[in-house]
Amino acid sequence: MNPDSKQAQRKAAMTVLAHSAAADIAGRLAAIAVPSHENLREPENGLVMLRGRIGGDGAPFNLGEATVSRAAVRLVTGEVGFGYTLGRDAHKAQIIALCDAMVQSAELSGEVEAKVIAPLRTAMNAERARKAAETAATRVDFYTMVRGEG
Amino acid sequence: MYVAVKGGERAIENAHRLLAHERRGDRDVPEVTLAQISEQLALGVDRVMTEGSLYDRELAALAIKQARGDMIEAIFLVRAFRATLPRFGATEPVNTGEMQVRRRISSTFKDVPGGQILGPTFDYTHRLLDPQLAEGFVPEQPATAEASQAATPRVTDILGRDGLIESSPQAESDASVGDLTREPLNFPADRDLRLQNLARGDEGFLLALGYSTQRGYGRKHPFAGEIRFGEVEVEFAAEDVGFAVPLGSIELTECQMVNQFKGSTSEAPCFTRGYGLAFGQSERKTMSMALVDRALRARELGEEAAAPAQDEEFVMSHSDNVQSTGFVEHLKLPHYVDFQSELGLLRKLRQEFAEVNAAVEMQEAAE
Repeated sequence: MNPDSKQAQRKAAMTVLAHSAAADIAGRLAAIAVPSHENLREPENGLVMLRGRIGGDGAPFNLGEATVSRAAVRLVTGEVGFGYTLGRDAHKAQIIALCDAMVQSAELSGEVEAKVIAPLRTAMNAERARKAAETAATRVDFYTMVRGEG
Repeated sequence: MYVAVKGGERAIENAHRLLAHERRGDRDVPEVTLAQISEQLALGVDRVMTEGSLYDRELAALAIKQARGDMIEAIFLVRAFRATLPRFGATEPVNTGEMQVRRRISSTFKDVPGGQILGPTFDYTHRLLDPQLAEGFVPEQPATAEASQAATPRVTDILGRDGLIESSPQAESDASVGDLTREPLNFPADRDLRLQNLARGDEGFLLALGYSTQRGYGRKHPFAGEIRFGEVEVEFAAEDVGFAVPLGSIELTECQMVNQFKGSTSEAPCFTRGYGLAFGQSERKTMSMALVDRALRARELGEEAAAPAQDEEFVMSHSDNVQSTGFVEHLKLPHYVDFQSELGLLRKLRQEFAEVNAAVEMQEAAE
């Protein structure tokens, strides 16, 4: 796999993991024989400054901060994984880092995708679809308004 | 003196203990949970996050609980909390054009591409108190419909294609982004700093200023070009990772105000804009912010700046409710020594006044 598509795969996995609850990730991880690993960066809380753009598409400005957690782990086989997520759940950052490390491992990548990322992605997409369907029901349809006697 | 200090300490301690008791209220009534506040008083949480300038629903809910529902006190608590954590850096600017829209309306185009999507709104409710809600009300499940795959472009982007509206100012390469939490405010302030100030500014203050522009104090003939609320993805370019890392999504409200056009002999006339952006569903806040943002552009657009909403030093120096409440409420703190010296001076002046009057009376009597 070329480096770009590996990076795209890691990023796609991170998106799913950041959107998932820590308990759900941990639950899925239980189905995998997680290799031994060590913390390269102890899980920690901090802040990021969230930026918007003037007019939505112009020069950036600082909107306000958000809490964020981060961690880094190294598998015994050498892969280094990073975990970043909004919020103050440092454990979540750590298990995201662990998943990211496994996504980079030639032996584990397929298994972590199949048993962790894919089911969490399905759940994330289902949640998005549910919201989109609820939202769509509030769309104004000017063309179906009843006029006159109908 | 010693006794007085000890007495004060015990009184303060007991006052805080009494506060904790009053905060809890009747102990036979179940305690409110953070999840209840976050889920059921969601717009209050949104306001505390926006003006506290910290996106964290749980912390904002805790602040509201601790502050007994006093929003400015809650905002103060959140601001104080943010000083306890290190900042890892700044995110990539969010792309509101790719928002997963929950609500999106335009008052300028009926048939806006992507449609008018009402979402969860108080608009069109009758504002009658609903006794059903008092207890045990179970709402219907929301209606669903097939979601459209059509894009929901920003209304300003549509107007911009025909050049009917001014384009947003672009950043000069390597220009730094102003941050009023790091550098003291200087005037005149650039628009990035003004928007940061307005984003964390008091909703009531901005609402009043926005209203004042509508009533003629700096009138700019605004239209709500678009208001959208929904989720946007956040990415952070983490140095250790080597690419922009997804952090998850946040809820934002954005308001694009379309205003009175300008033109000159060298430039064709076009609409001007004001911009509002805030955490959560904060519609009134972003509309007010957009009105005031436009008003504050008077100097840049060569307009006469005579109204309060157009005075950036006045607006930016008084928009922050934590600063405002700090200075107003500090009047409660002991000013005994100050007051004693004022009292001493007043007594002296009154004595002098009495002596002069007595002398005048004696002189008049003598004549």
